[in-house]
Amino acid sequence: MGVEPGRLSFSWISSAESTKFVNVVKDVTATVKALGPNNNFKKAAKVA
Amino acid sequence: MLGYIDKIREISKRLLDEGRVDMIIGFRKGTILMMNEPCFVKNSGELSTLVWDSNCGINLANYLTDRKEKIGIVAKGCDSRNIVTHIIENKIKREKLVIIGVPCKGMLDKRKVAGMFENGIDDIREDDNVVRVKSRGVETSLNKSDVLQENCALCIHRNPVIYDELAGPLVEEKKDVDRYADVRRIEAMTAQEKWEYFKDLISPCIRCYACRNACPLCYCPTCFVDESRPQWCGKSQDEIDTRTFHFLRAYHCAGRCTDCGACERACPVGIKVRQFTSKLNKDCLDMFGWEAGVSPDERPPLDTFKPGDPGDFIK
Repeated sequence: MGVEPGRLSFSWISSAESTKFVNVVKDVTATVKALGPNNNFKKAAKVA
Repeated sequence: MLGYIDKIREISKRLLDEGRVDMIIGFRKGTILMMNEPCFVKNSGELSTLVWDSNCGINLANYLTDRKEKIGIVAKGCDSRNIVTHIIENKIKREKLVIIGVPCKGMLDKRKVAGMFENGIDDIREDDNVVRVKSRGVETSLNKSDVLQENCALCIHRNPVIYDELAGPLVEEKKDVDRYADVRRIEAMTAQEKWEYFKDLISPCIRCYACRNACPLCYCPTCFVDESRPQWCGKSQDEIDTRTFHFLRAYHCAGRCTDCGACERACPVGIKVRQFTSKLNKDCLDMFGWEAGVSPDERPPLDTFKPGDPGDFIK
């Protein structure tokens, strides 16, 4: 529906897989940072 | 299809007189042309109010939710699939229902018909394949197949999937219908184009929630848009709030939507609400081979795990 690819991620991580969790989080943050701020879902400032 | 009504009344009378049901849910003539309204008939004296024609597009399964009475319900193909969904989701018990199945040849797109006559419509009559519209004394004949609702034109489940009585002989199901041409067109767009497309699509939305109210799937006691603690979705007509509503409403219907078109029919500003749900229906079919409401014995894909389920999206 127009949400940029990479903005949303899914993963399946067991509670025992702490290293996988860290890696996934690092990955996701890096991709999202690269995409920049999500202005699409930001409301325009109200004009008084 | 018009001849069904005698049979519907006859079955209804029998059911009511024998005490097998407490009421019949069917259609009566609406106060406006092309807008038949749902009605509950509780004694056989009132059965003459029941009607059946090509303006019965509302999904009657919507009126079954959590009912405790014994109910006879008139059901076209899509209604019957929503009744199945209701049974699967424990919203109604099968034993409480006597389903009067109506093989359906499609419902009229009232907006399309009204749009063809700028002088307004005085009267509208129909027979099996032709609709005769009177506008300022001039009668025009329309081919019924040209003025069907879009979902009806693409329908491949015209016969009820579950029924106890039948109001007429089963009709032949359409084959080789390309149901998802529209979806593929949107899938081919870039993310930015999609964003703009849906922005335009929902721009007339007045957030009346008619699409939600008409939908038999939307039976939550408190809808997420009405919730105020926490407030998931702003109540204004701000574009982002509206978009959030439409996104989430569609996703709540994933794997459940039968494409009955009630949402689109109910929309007062003519938004093609089905553009959201069609994509989900297509995905369910492609990924899980699933069509909602076809069998009461099968669990929906979002509630079961199968080893073959696609998992490519999981990293």
